[in-house]
Amino acid sequence: MARRKRKVLGAATLALGSAAGSVLIFKRKRERNASRADLYFEDGSMLSLLQGAPEADRMLPLAAEALAATGR
Amino acid sequence: MDGHEALADLKQISVQIEAAVIADHSGAVQACSPDDAATGELLARLALEIWEAADASRRDLGRDALTQVELSTAQGSVFVVRDPRHVLLATTAPDPTVGLVFYDLKSALHALDGQPGRAEPTVVWQADAGVSPEGGDGAA
Repeated sequence: MARRKRKVLGAATLALGSAAGSVLIFKRKRERNASRADLYFEDGSMLSLLQGAPEADRMLPLAAEALAATGR
Repeated sequence: MDGHEALADLKQISVQIEAAVIADHSGAVQACSPDDAATGELLARLALEIWEAADASRRDLGRDALTQVELSTAQGSVFVVRDPRHVLLATTAPDPTVGLVFYDLKSALHALDGQPGRAEPTVVWQADAGVSPEGGDGAA
């Protein structure tokens, strides 16, 4: 009985872990594909502004226009 | 090297770059790929506007001077780099190798400045240049 319980618990843990991993991978992929503006500065630092930030929203329409003009 | 040569080299080196324009800071197009005047003028104007917007954000955020910009969207990426005389905008497909693209764009700007064309420093080996074979100055 205890052995069966352990088996079920192991299977449940495995399923839960797989689901959590899939969610994490999906979330990362979605973040990577999100529109963003990356600004690089002279001191070597970089600032990534995601769509929705006012600074990014000033630049991203310009990028869309450039890409549309080149057939993307 | 003129703009057309720099752009031709850039396109040859970087397969990721699909379209590019080189303009001066007033927006006058020096070279464009594809070679189409209307697209060139539009891209040059957008390059200046993107840089201005990025620089305004930099000022608002109180950051150091801007060196390069990448705008990434699901349709593709737009890169803008600048030197004291030129601005270069390039477009790529989504998910480019960002570091490589920036490296190639900066190299194109350097080539445009004539740096590869500058006279290389000449190294002349002189066997009898007054240095004794012992290499010392006699202090030992």
